[in-house]
Amino acid sequence: MSEKLAFALVSPERELFHGEVDQVVVPGTDGEFGVLPRHAPLMSTIRPGALRIVNDGAERRIFVNGGFADVTPDGLTVLAEDAVDLADVDAASLEQELKDAREDVDAARDDAHRSIAQAKLTRLEALRAAVR
Amino acid sequence: MPSLKEFRNRITSVKSTQKITKAMQMVAAAKLKRAQSAAEAARPYANRMASVIANLSSNVKGDGAPLLLRGTGKDDVHLVVVLTSERGLCGGFNTQIVRRARETISELLAAGKTVKILTAGKKGRDQLRRVYGSLLVEHIDLSTFKTIDSTAAALVATRVVEMFEAGQFDVGTLIYSRFKSVISQIPTVQQLIPAVPPAGAAAPDLKGAVYTYEPSEADILETLLPRYISGQVLSALLENQAGFYGAQMSAMDSATRNAGDLIKKLTLRYNRQRQANITKELIEIISGAEAL
Repeated sequence: MSEKLAFALVSPERELFHGEVDQVVVPGTDGEFGVLPRHAPLMSTIRPGALRIVNDGAERRIFVNGGFADVTPDGLTVLAEDAVDLADVDAASLEQELKDAREDVDAARDDAHRSIAQAKLTRLEALRAAVR
Repeated sequence: MPSLKEFRNRITSVKSTQKITKAMQMVAAAKLKRAQSAAEAARPYANRMASVIANLSSNVKGDGAPLLLRGTGKDDVHLVVVLTSERGLCGGFNTQIVRRARETISELLAAGKTVKILTAGKKGRDQLRRVYGSLLVEHIDLSTFKTIDSTAAALVATRVVEMFEAGQFDVGTLIYSRFKSVISQIPTVQQLIPAVPPAGAAAPDLKGAVYTYEPSEADILETLLPRYISGQVLSALLENQAGFYGAQMSAMDSATRNAGDLIKKLTLRYNRQRQANITKELIEIISGAEAL
């Protein structure tokens, strides 16, 4: 395993990961796919789910909520709408956030705010599914 | 001449104003730092997105391209999206943006185009309403967002894309302030729709291989473009935010300095008055004593 894959995970707010890894498993819209070094050029949309980074036998799981994966000869770039390291997620506080989000949806004063609250809730539900 | 007590009151009041402006300056400085790093942190995403768009748009051409990319083919109705701040006390920051917006709008009107204005940020709406009240079609309230994030940007971008898809305009332009430095923000006009692939973002060299698209190229472009627009709005909002704090910081800095000058002048006048009073009293006592 000498050859490594250059991998960058960026969300609109910040760059979450940047470095060389052995393999990345991406939750594509048409199914999960693994990317190894020298993968053929590929572009795919992503569904909300867990992205797995494998490096030196260790695995790191990051939740990505929609976006794109772009494989070029230079490496893999994942543009995620937003991303959370699953190691940082606390199940109890997640439940609390879910509850808050549901209340927000009910309490929204107009359609614009409701759709924001709804999007947040959907995201949290997908996150919970990824944690399990 | 006002009495000594009046002078003392004036000085105390200016001093407390100075304390407030000083505090606001420091708060703005701290927030500026955060806003600046947020704007910087958003840059990798924007750059990657730009190269993906450049790559895709070079492959998808002609009638198959989504409307967001090739436009409606007309140039009649323009939507001008003006981003300003929610709050004031920031010197000429908003006025600068609004002036730029007014120039753009009057140029478009002179060319016989129909103009619609969408504002985000209370200050811009208030200033534009006076001149182009009839052209204002919508205002998006971002005051509920404590920090500018992708949700806030998506709120603006989704609305713009919705209006475009409903055929309400042909060309969308974004007007905001680019953050150059603390003392200099440059009002910028940027075309939003049809989306222009950024100059300089080259498609990656595939070394002879062929791209695989999952699902299809058109599908990807369809979902990617709204996000690209949203990303552009986000970086504009972040630049604006940084510019706002920069402008506020320098405005508050000069306000603090002005207050300092005023205090100096008032203290001088206060002391003169006090001395004059003492001299007057002395003269009264002495002339009283001499009369005896």
